[in-house]
Amino acid sequence: MRSRSVFLAVLLREFKISLTQKTDIATIFFFFLIVASLFPFAVGPDIGSLRAVGPGVVWVAALLSSLLALHRMFESDFIDGSLEQFLLSGEPLVLVVVSKIFAHWLITTLPIVILSPFVGMQFGLSAEASWTMALTLLIGTPVLSLLGSVGAALTLGVRSGAALTALLILPLYIPVLIFGVGGTVASLQGMETIGHFSILLAFLCLSLALCPLATSAAVKIALE
Amino acid sequence: MICSQTLQLLHFMRFWKYSTPQNFYPAAKKIAAVFFVLAICFGIPGLYVGFFVAPTDHQQGEAYRIIFIHVPAAWMSMFIYVVMAFWAAVGLILNTRLSSMLAQALAPTGALMTFLALWTGAFWGRPTWGTWWVWDARLTSELVLLFLYVGFMALRASIEDPRRADKASAILAIVGVVNVPIIYFSVKWWNTLHQGASVSLTKAPSMASDMLLGMLLMALSFWMYSIAVSMLRVRKIIRDRERNSGWLNN
Amino acid sequence: MDWGSLQNFIDMGGYGLYVWGSYLVTLLAIAIETFSLREP
Repeated sequence: MRSRSVFLAVLLREFKISLTQKTDIATIFFFFLIVASLFPFAVGPDIGSLRAVGPGVVWVAALLSSLLALHRMFESDFIDGSLEQFLLSGEPLVLVVVSKIFAHWLITTLPIVILSPFVGMQFGLSAEASWTMALTLLIGTPVLSLLGSVGAALTLGVRSGAALTALLILPLYIPVLIFGVGGTVASLQGMETIGHFSILLAFLCLSLALCPLATSAAVKIALE
Repeated sequence: MICSQTLQLLHFMRFWKYSTPQNFYPAAKKIAAVFFVLAICFGIPGLYVGFFVAPTDHQQGEAYRIIFIHVPAAWMSMFIYVVMAFWAAVGLILNTRLSSMLAQALAPTGALMTFLALWTGAFWGRPTWGTWWVWDARLTSELVLLFLYVGFMALRASIEDPRRADKASAILAIVGVVNVPIIYFSVKWWNTLHQGASVSLTKAPSMASDMLLGMLLMALSFWMYSIAVSMLRVRKIIRDRERNSGWLNN
Repeated sequence: MDWGSLQNFIDMGGYGLYVWGSYLVTLLAIAIETFSLREP
């Protein structure tokens, strides 16, 4: 099969499967909202302090939601043998992996990205800063999905997989978090954000180039 | 040209013979003994210079003497991670058991060095900066490095098949080693943004040559110690993983 | 570096807790690590 049709075939499959798991996906979405809403209770309703922590809170909530959703990427396919079928099919596993990661991001994280400006305004962020934040999330969350896919693949079938995955990849998330929030805060203060976006885009390019390779190697190891 | 000549030399030295656990096992004991001795040979002069030669610092008084542990530990924590990732990668690519065992042996020592760097960093920060912890770029990066080590060891521990554990942790180590510079520079940028022009905690002001000498001697001592202790640990790992092989029962 | 007396050395110019807190923990860590790898 040609690369594009493999990619699209897997993507379509993921969408069809996700239609049967709508509740699961909606749960992740509401998790994001609940986590973000938790902080005003912790910090107090003063809009000034909320504005100070807002970018960080929304970013961390999105990050944790992305983390929570990771088990959906490979786990069920691993258990029912579909992943092995992908490996045996003769199609390049890297292509399948990229498609799965992209589908995963579209289904579980893109809704969060779309909703984020409204959550941002709840934290007193200006409209401009909220949209900047949404843009940082748009570029940054795929990086999180790519990095997360490595962790998810490494812990396939391992006990305490979810907590272990978190331990493995949260350190790797830190640079994305730094520049995602950094860009938002810069926008809030009326400063230039082009630097932050450049670095985030660089992260995206690098992770897009390297993570699928690591992830498919990890999948092969898990299937041995 | 040079590569093939090096390979020929190694073959002549019967270097490749040591690439099996069985042959490396006795050699590791001898290496450990030699390097423990070397660690002491560098450590005693290092401590002497650190406490009896290096003068009192104008700004930090005697508190700066922590540097003779803090900097060597920090250097070793980073160095061991790279070496660990190297051997893990070799084990993954060449499918050699011993290389992966060596990576497995290095991790706890690397984690210990990271812990010591953090502990001594906190004990240095308290008298000089007033708080036990500062989100200084180096200390924060050390903290992240500790997480990377712990992640490596946790992944190994949760996979039952040792060969799968070898390969999976190798991928993690490789991903980690690529990320360490990225994490370091991101944290450094984040730190300068929020703290402005504050002096780095870990910079000893105006390094007198005696201070530098003490630091280098202690760094060498820590290096020799790390090798020695890793050799002992790889022996333990070999005993553990090869216990069903006949040769071990002799 | 002339300390003058043992008391001065232990005192470390008032920073004794921090300096010895660092060195003793390091020594302890090394001892634990080395002893845990003792061969039977």
